[in-house]
Amino acid sequence: MGEFDFSVWQPSLPFIRDGLLFTLRLTLVAMSGGIVIGTLLALARLSPIAPLARIAGAYVDLMRSIPLVLVILWFFLVIPFITGSPVGAETSAVITFTAFEAAFYCEIMRSGIQSVPRGQVDAAQALGLGQAQTMIHVILPQAVRNMIPVLLTQTIVLFQDTSLVYAIGAKDMLKAADVVGKNYNRPVEMIVLSALIYFAICFSLSLAVKQLQKRVAIIR
Amino acid sequence: MIEIRNVSKWYGPTQVLADASTHVAKGEVVVVCGPSGSGKSTLIKCVNGLEPFQQGTISVDGISVGDPKTDLPKLRARVGMVFQHFELFPHMSVEQNLALAQIKVLGRGKEEAAARGAALLDRVGLRAHATKFPGQLSGGQQQRVAIARALAMDPICLLFDEPTSALDPEMIGEVLDVMVELAQEGMTMMCVTHEMGFARKVARRVVFMDHGEIVEDAPTTQFFDAPASERAKTFLSRILHH
Repeated sequence: MGEFDFSVWQPSLPFIRDGLLFTLRLTLVAMSGGIVIGTLLALARLSPIAPLARIAGAYVDLMRSIPLVLVILWFFLVIPFITGSPVGAETSAVITFTAFEAAFYCEIMRSGIQSVPRGQVDAAQALGLGQAQTMIHVILPQAVRNMIPVLLTQTIVLFQDTSLVYAIGAKDMLKAADVVGKNYNRPVEMIVLSALIYFAICFSLSLAVKQLQKRVAIIR
Repeated sequence: MIEIRNVSKWYGPTQVLADASTHVAKGEVVVVCGPSGSGKSTLIKCVNGLEPFQQGTISVDGISVGDPKTDLPKLRARVGMVFQHFELFPHMSVEQNLALAQIKVLGRGKEEAAARGAALLDRVGLRAHATKFPGQLSGGQQQRVAIARALAMDPICLLFDEPTSALDPEMIGEVLDVMVELAQEGMTMMCVTHEMGFARKVARRVVFMDHGEIVEDAPTTQFFDAPASERAKTFLSRILHH
């Protein structure tokens, strides 16, 4: 095998950058979409309409009981079947991650909504606010605020999990590192590089979340 | 203004209100008291429909609260309520707390709502705190903001659910002062409270509850000087001589 040769990092950078941009884009889209859909799922789960609550609950339980890599493969194979035309690995990845993460954000938002005291609902309703207004202006803002650290922690997990798109060949950062590693016959060095980048990003985000947690604790 | 007729309510098998009847006329202050668990808070929450009840009728300004056809949010917008734990919205500044329902429910413009809010903050002595958040205020200040928030809707009557019970003793006075002032201006008020000094000063009648029943409903002086029931006598001796 010989010695390590980290000079391969230099020519790999443009590929790594493109891969990282895709990884970040995938994370951001899946996070925003996941939080929006997750919140709607949470509202459905908490809804007094029993069938709606049950369907949302079943979806969440299903997604949380299947390994992500299987969901990724399954969506990749099934979506073209539904739409009639093949979609690229990248589009498939975005749809999959949004749908998958929605289940996890749902549970976070659900506990966030339930963390708002009953008295807040009483106060909003006593002022004449309707159910939807109470949810939008009083409950959800507090639920999100209470849950920001957990939402961000979930997003860090999501950022790492996006590496699983290698299973369908989407060109994320890990894939880029893999390709360069093979071309230059330096796979170990490239894996070390991508691990360092993942670590640097996730670790600094974790530190930021810790800081934020302290601030939220003070406000409350 | 408020008519409560033969109201009963159960939580599962437990009866929490038993055939309760009383009323509050326009411009009148009625104090509701009784030991904890007597159903007084439940009763007052039935008045604006925050708590449903199974039997009897409650009407506010002629509108039936229990009627499924009643537009409850519309009715609640005209009935102010002040809670034991203030229930200000912690994610909004004081002025936003006062403006929210004025804008979203009454459809007032932002400036109109802000002006009305500012005038009411002035009135409860908190104008300087308009941009603060509830967490930065003392309990007494928060409760005065809560009263201002209720007043901002120009309510036809006010419901108070133990407004001073969660306050440190030195802050009770500032809240009661505001309430006395409102009473003297002729605001219709139904107050669940143990502040007997307040009751003596401004209440027309005192309603005494125990085990979900209205045991006594008497003019204030009569209630304090010659309570008719043993239960009221015991209650009064407990809270006046502690």
